[in-house]
Amino acid sequence: MRVVKQIGFIMTKLHKKQQLITFEQLPKTPTGITGLDEITGGGLPNGRPTLICGEAGCGKTLMSLEFIVRGATEFNEPGVFMAFEEKADELASNVASLGFDLIKLQDDKKLRLDHVHIDRSEIEETGEYDLEGLFIRLGFAIDSIGAKRVVLDTLENLFSGLSNQIILRAELRRLFTFLKEKGVTAIITGEKGDGSSLTRQGLEEYVSDCVILLDHRVINQISTRRLRVVKYRGTQHGTNEYPFLIDEDGISVLPVTSLRLEKEVSSERISSGIPSLDSMFGGKGFFQGSSILVSGTAGTGKTSIAASFANEVCGNKKRCLYFAFEEAPKQILRNMKSINLDLQKHIDNGLLEFHASRPTLYGIEMHLVAIYKIIKRFKPAAVILDPITNLITVGSVSEVKSMLIRLIDFLQDEQITVMFTALSLNTVVSEQTDEGVSSLVDTWLLVRDIESNGERNRGLYIMKSRGMSHSNQVREFTITDKGLSLVDVYLGPDGVLTGSAREAQKLREKTGVALREFAITRKDKEILRRRMMLESKIASLQAEFESTEEELNKIYLEEELKQDIIERNRQEITDIRRGNADTLKSKSKRKK
Amino acid sequence: MTEQNQLPLDQGENQFFRLRLFVIGASPNSVRAIANLKIICERYLKPNYELEIIDVYQQPLIAREEQIIALPLLIKKSPGVERKLIGDMSNTDKVLKGLGIFTES
Repeated sequence: MRVVKQIGFIMTKLHKKQQLITFEQLPKTPTGITGLDEITGGGLPNGRPTLICGEAGCGKTLMSLEFIVRGATEFNEPGVFMAFEEKADELASNVASLGFDLIKLQDDKKLRLDHVHIDRSEIEETGEYDLEGLFIRLGFAIDSIGAKRVVLDTLENLFSGLSNQIILRAELRRLFTFLKEKGVTAIITGEKGDGSSLTRQGLEEYVSDCVILLDHRVINQISTRRLRVVKYRGTQHGTNEYPFLIDEDGISVLPVTSLRLEKEVSSERISSGIPSLDSMFGGKGFFQGSSILVSGTAGTGKTSIAASFANEVCGNKKRCLYFAFEEAPKQILRNMKSINLDLQKHIDNGLLEFHASRPTLYGIEMHLVAIYKIIKRFKPAAVILDPITNLITVGSVSEVKSMLIRLIDFLQDEQITVMFTALSLNTVVSEQTDEGVSSLVDTWLLVRDIESNGERNRGLYIMKSRGMSHSNQVREFTITDKGLSLVDVYLGPDGVLTGSAREAQKLREKTGVALREFAITRKDKEILRRRMMLESKIASLQAEFESTEEELNKIYLEEELKQDIIERNRQEITDIRRGNADTLKSKSKRKK
Repeated sequence: MTEQNQLPLDQGENQFFRLRLFVIGASPNSVRAIANLKIICERYLKPNYELEIIDVYQQPLIAREEQIIALPLLIKKSPGVERKLIGDMSNTDKVLKGLGIFTES
């Protein structure tokens, strides 16, 4: 936009210098209409007439009027609007809803509205004539405000008012020469003719520099306006059909933003709001400005993941936009409270904004423009679209895909992280989501039901995540009243277990441990007891041994004593026999 | 006037024609228009007419006020409803029809 304005500035300067400098490129007049200047590479050919043609109600008058108004307000180029159809006050009230104050612009001499009234019944043709009157009016209007821009809407009405075709055609040719001489950038509008002709009266043969075709189609009850630059002499231009939109801010054309892939990338990471999910991405989360797709079957917690991400973004004092296509904001707020996510406080802080609309509210392109506009205004760090699947109801798969490509391009240019949720209808892991966006996104999370033992559990996979190491494992995804978390799935002897099976297995293991512990203690006690028993046995044996020993000792001593006594007795007897008392005494002494 | 038997049959005596002819300078069409109109007026309307010839080049503002597109333009202000006639007035029948004058022929 800034570039466009600069071009405009340069061109206004050029005008003052009477275009002494010759440029290689065709000088252009920016229209100020969102997107149109990008398609035309800067605007309409400066100082030349441009033809805008299309069927009734496709926005010719509005587009040309916006060209004039934007010129007057944004580029300081006054303009003349010559209306052959609507009266000046009708026009003014028609566009008042778009915020264009024609009356004020007229008072400021930035704009001149001139209604040309032609009624065949009031006019009698009596011979040769010319359209000099129109020229004088136009010339006077241009000169009185120094107009740089002129619109003739719809010139073809001359053909219904005047019957002499030969004169009219000659005069038209003269009119375009006149406009070029005046050096004004002009727009001429024309109704689309039958068949292949662009206009009913063949105006395209006079205006050869730039022709823009507007189209209004209704497909599946949803209308889309499209624009195509049919011809633009001397310059490159977008050749596709571009959808455009008329809303409260005027016309917005949506070019497929960047055909080149030259985006800035960030290696900063932002958390997903679920710590255990972050740890699957090497502990850091998503890349800033990347696109994340969360797909899964119904009721797998996609919205919860999205809300948790929103909560995280807002928790870091960054802005987040939430586009809800299925639930009302209040409903989401209530539902998220049940998993301990208080989003209301972020709304109160102005960090979070909800935009809920049914996809069928308007066409797919309108959705895109609406999203564009809100993003431009709110400047969020993250955007959530929940779910994109519903958009399929208003457009074909290819349309939705093309829209999402443009959206992702736009968001990546702005370094905004985007999270889509998508409902996949089949439970089998498919390689592609319905919208075919899986190839566009940087990170794809798949939440899947794992059915076993008569219950459903959620399993979360990371299908892909560009540019970072990520876990290849299935995690069980649990939603509790404390929030979301991921649990390692149990890999037991019976395979992968989840949910209550996992809990049961855990319990079983716990019981086993308890039993084992109990068994161990019991055995320990046994050993102790045995030991004590043996020890006591040892003690008793020892006692027995001691008593036996004593017994044996006693016998031995008695024996000795007995022998001693016997000996003594025998000695005494011997002594007595000998009658030798002295010997007896000495012997007894020796013994001692 | 009674002697003007070419006057519209159904109209009264006090028909007064107020005509304004818009021309542009001395362009061929303008010159022809002035000449042709003068002849018609002299022949059919005299003296109950007032002809004002305006050069739009001199008064460009008037072009917008009078919704002028094609020139030369003759506007019949009165009698009756306003009528516009464009062209060089070479087709006398059409001029008379436009002015609401019906000739006997």
